Amino acid sequence: MSTGEASTQATRIAAEQTDAAPAPSNHVGQALRRKEDPRLITGKGTYVDDINLTGQLWAAWVRSPEAHAKIVSIDTSQAKARDGVRAVYTHEDLDIEASLPMAWVPPGIEVNTPDHWVLAKGEVKHVGDPVALVVGDDRYEVFDAAEDVIVEYDPLPVVTDPEKALESDSPVIHEQFATNKVSEWSLGGGDLEAGFAEADVVVERRIVNHRIAGAAIEPRGVLADFRADRLTVWSSTQIPHLLRPFLSMLLGISEDRVRVIAPEVGGGFGSKLQVYAEEVGCAWASRKLGRPVKWIETRSEGMMVTHHGRDQIDTVRVGAKRDGTITAWHSKILADIGAYQMFFTPMIPELSAFVMCGVYKTPAVQTDVVNVMTNKFPTDAIRGAGRPEATHMIEVTMDQLAQELDMDPLELRRKNFIPPFSEGHETPIGVVYDSGNYELALNKLLEHIDPAKVRQEAAELRERGIYRGIGFCTYTEICGNAPSRIVGPSGFGVQGGGWESAAVRVHASGAVTLYTGTSPHGQGHETGFAQIVADRLGIDPAQVDVIHGDTQAGPWGLDTYGSRTLAVGGEAAARAAGKVAAKAREIVAHQLEADPADIELREGRFSVRGSPDKGMTLSEVAGAAYAPENIPEGMEPGLDEQSFYDPENFVFPFGAHACVVDVDAETGKIDVVRYVAVDDCGPAINPMLIDGQVHGGIVHGVGQALYERIHYDQDGQLVTGSFVDYALPTAAEMPSFETDRTETPSPVNSLRVKGVGEAGTIAASPTVTNAVIDALRPLGVTFINMPLSPMRVWEAIQEAKGGVAA
Amino acid sequence: MIPAEFDYTAPESLDAAIKALADGGEDAKLLAGGHSLLPLMKLRLAAPALLVDLRKVPGLHGIEREDGSWRIGAMTPHTDLEHSPQLGIFAKAAGTIADPQVRNRGTVGGSLAHGDPASDLPAVLLAADGSVTVQGPGGQRAISAGELFRDYMETAIEPTEVLTEVRIPSLDGWGFGYEKFNRRSEDWAMVAVSALVKQTGDICEEVRVGLTNMGSVPLRAGAVEEALRGKPLSAESIASAAEQAAEGTDPPADLNASTDYKRHLARVLCRRALGQAAGLT
Amino acid sequence: MSKTVAVQLQVNGATHRLEVEPRLLLVHALRDNLGFTGTHVGCDTSNCGACTVHMEGRAVKSCTVLAVQADGAQITTIEGMASDGQLHPLQEAFWNDHGLQCGYCTPGMIMAAAALLAENPNPTEDEVRHGLEGNLCRCTGYHNIVKAVLDAAKTKGATVAQQPEVTA
Repeated sequence: MSTGEASTQATRIAAEQTDAAPAPSNHVGQALRRKEDPRLITGKGTYVDDINLTGQLWAAWVRSPEAHAKIVSIDTSQAKARDGVRAVYTHEDLDIEASLPMAWVPPGIEVNTPDHWVLAKGEVKHVGDPVALVVGDDRYEVFDAAEDVIVEYDPLPVVTDPEKALESDSPVIHEQFATNKVSEWSLGGGDLEAGFAEADVVVERRIVNHRIAGAAIEPRGVLADFRADRLTVWSSTQIPHLLRPFLSMLLGISEDRVRVIAPEVGGGFGSKLQVYAEEVGCAWASRKLGRPVKWIETRSEGMMVTHHGRDQIDTVRVGAKRDGTITAWHSKILADIGAYQMFFTPMIPELSAFVMCGVYKTPAVQTDVVNVMTNKFPTDAIRGAGRPEATHMIEVTMDQLAQELDMDPLELRRKNFIPPFSEGHETPIGVVYDSGNYELALNKLLEHIDPAKVRQEAAELRERGIYRGIGFCTYTEICGNAPSRIVGPSGFGVQGGGWESAAVRVHASGAVTLYTGTSPHGQGHETGFAQIVADRLGIDPAQVDVIHGDTQAGPWGLDTYGSRTLAVGGEAAARAAGKVAAKAREIVAHQLEADPADIELREGRFSVRGSPDKGMTLSEVAGAAYAPENIPEGMEPGLDEQSFYDPENFVFPFGAHACVVDVDAETGKIDVVRYVAVDDCGPAINPMLIDGQVHGGIVHGVGQALYERIHYDQDGQLVTGSFVDYALPTAAEMPSFETDRTETPSPVNSLRVKGVGEAGTIAASPTVTNAVIDALRPLGVTFINMPLSPMRVWEAIQEAKGGVAA
Repeated sequence: MIPAEFDYTAPESLDAAIKALADGGEDAKLLAGGHSLLPLMKLRLAAPALLVDLRKVPGLHGIEREDGSWRIGAMTPHTDLEHSPQLGIFAKAAGTIADPQVRNRGTVGGSLAHGDPASDLPAVLLAADGSVTVQGPGGQRAISAGELFRDYMETAIEPTEVLTEVRIPSLDGWGFGYEKFNRRSEDWAMVAVSALVKQTGDICEEVRVGLTNMGSVPLRAGAVEEALRGKPLSAESIASAAEQAAEGTDPPADLNASTDYKRHLARVLCRRALGQAAGLT
Repeated sequence: MSKTVAVQLQVNGATHRLEVEPRLLLVHALRDNLGFTGTHVGCDTSNCGACTVHMEGRAVKSCTVLAVQADGAQITTIEGMASDGQLHPLQEAFWNDHGLQCGYCTPGMIMAAAALLAENPNPTEDEVRHGLEGNLCRCTGYHNIVKAVLDAAKTKGATVAQQPEVTA
């Protein structure tokens, strides 16, 4: 679809809106260049490490080289003796009130949650566990001083295999629980037993979804400044607003005196959705020393102690009739969550369960989740958080089922698609999808790629030893976190809500500031949100300054993750702008002696319907509002409104992806030849931003499928500890992508939008995996798990040949 | 990460550099482009007390034809090799090293003196039957490629000697092929094979095959060479000979490649590299 | 502390004299000592390329160059690419084509691309992709970066890095 068509449709949908979004669009739907970019392309962005304060000290952490050990002794004397070292702290020095937070308390479910201190207490549980904090004058010297801290460890047995960790003879990581099992949790609906009894075929697969990293290119960093009873923390975080109350609680500083600023943040992908030890530790040290304290993560450090994601062993069982009709679906998730539990650690695997029906009419579905601890760094949300795992197991298994039924994988999908719906579809587990048209997305996809043609190419290439395959994925996901009543303490168990805030301040000149409670790290909020607000106030997006990531600037917010920004934060912005527009209409009506209902926004003016020459610009309205000699009786002066929006439901973006790969059967190397993505996130606010999100999302998913892997050896040593071994794809490994959209409005919000930040990642890993299996099928390979490294592919081919691979 | 502290000197002559190196003792290291050494120092896997920077020493740059062979100054960056097609297999292999920025700083001398068996140039030098010239307190000497690489990152260059130039035979009339296998194009070779073939008609007069990352040092695939030398070159004879590419090797396994997989890759890449060298592909 | 060394750097046309520890990385000299914070650090193994600057006209990773090694060298950073408020064609193309999201890799990406175009003014897509293999981006999937470089190549003046006035 061209941008023009997209914007036409978006315009039509926006025009249907009522008070929350009263304006006809002319900026929404346009591929506007980003407002963020001029500073970023000239090197003028301000990331944490670009900020330095007078008197600033530097922090470095002494980290455990052992995966599991008792701390016998810590000798800090040599480090302290250095001239430039101001302090060296160990656990006993810290008077922090509580351990780091974990925010999921599901009603009726026991979650074995160990204390997780800023500095290890008595024992270390993973490589990189911090045992001492060094603070000194010089950026470089603190590294030297950290090396001078001598720690004696008494190694304890290590467990890194989640299945072994559940066995009775396994070393136990936190003895107080007498087990490594953290929790068991299930979600199901429909009659599973009857569904399997009814099935003609049952396919079962063990699908490994390996551990990966967020790997934002900007490492984490913190600058904490406690002075005059106030704490200011600059952090490379996705969640300045959520971080603030925890800093307040852990340090015992009243919340109003804590300010958290997320300046320019160089990517997050979930890895900066966290309350990290380093943030708390630097803030504590700043207060203790009365000086600003800065810490910038090194990449090798980040690979160890910035949270990982995925790491599930999934056992999937699906039953179907001979004609392909799915009758039952049972997934067992064993999640290796690492040695501690961080902000959402044990909750992420459960998120898979909410979309385990995928886009299919599955009548009975059950998901059982077991979380287990091992001597690794904790997992938590990484781009997609639970939904990539769900979609991977669903969509890979769908192809396995098609294989078993000897059926075309797309025919199987079509057979089971939920028919188009626009006002909700309830799945057997009680989740209500907002809107969907899965057939439409798949049909659109097939306008771009012809599977028959690819198969013909494959036949020709095979003569040269190249095995070409095509793979598909049709997906939906759940985002737009979140309706507070569903996710909150008495619902799913998150200790908080899911609303978002926005405030629109029209200054006396007519200039506009939007404060959003979301906190971007690359998504382009400043542009997209400006488009939304501008259209509602009859101004140009350039006139809307979008302020974010500063807890002192606007109302409290809930930040950016889970593809929630537009569907929740954008809606809040639209509502706040709508309130301003409503007040403006009243002022205009009063001044022009018209009925407010007759005031319309037309070509940048609030004018009287039918008399377009009678009207006022926003700037004139602002003048009237702040010099209020002629506003309606009883109206308060000013033009400054805010909104706290709590959505009624999640939103459920969907789409269809296809990938073509070439496999060199001799070496096992995979080349991604084409990647086509059709995504539906409702009407586009800015189609350029959507494409960008999809492109990046795809590479994150392709990266997991083919290149990226966090790997610990049996001793708990991190083998992939830098960008040398943790193989992010480069431009040279990736093709250009073909993207398109369908636009199915969501009934949930007035913008009719859904999130798109994670969609590409959610769809990509099964798409690629299915393509590789398709390519290898002529060689006898019918299933393979990620990561699809050349060696693993080669080994699979050898095994299929009946040969012995090492 | 940050390197540990060290002292630094940038002498302006070769003699001064040799003297500084000698004075520095065993904790002194030479610094060329720094793209092998500095990463190790930043991760604190190396911590020399003194760096002797060769950047001001004259005469260490450039590519010249001399006495029927090529003389390449030790401080010549990989980029310059890459853009010197007359160097044949050297140019091709240099163009595959890491990425453009690394090739702009990394030097041929630094790479060879580092002696990493996973680096591209050592096995190419070996296949090309090249040599390096080193100069130390005792004067100048040449070390042939066959004698240069002693063990994992250990060379025959004395700690007090400076590698000043690389010499490779002209290789006029030789065909070459370079096949490097890695997961990403910026990665080190999982395995690479360099092949040089001199043929008259379809008869293989001379053949040399170098193996990268198949052991603790770069290797020659002697059995392959033996199988082809003096024999007709065809797709079949090459395929048959390449089956012996891993003979006698015991490459160390890592996360991405088992010993068996590396040995398999060596055979496949050897066949492909020889095919290129013989003009069959 | 090891003894410091006097270093002179010509950054974006201006001369800067510094006394530095030998171990000071060029990237930190530029950022912390001279305030050119547009050059970023994303890894410690010279993989990510966020620290790419031009040194004597060639793209280098300034996290793997010692400041002392750059003594006397001409350095161009991202701050030197636009002049008199006029964006370099690559900057303009990155903006037009949405070639950046979080912006952290962008300065290094633009500097690598500028070096690529200086050497190869009319690259193919494949040449652009390989020319940028030393720069990691996690946001864009590279699609729009590659598009921007190809588009910039069509623009007059893209193949030369800005040569700022010497204002020393």
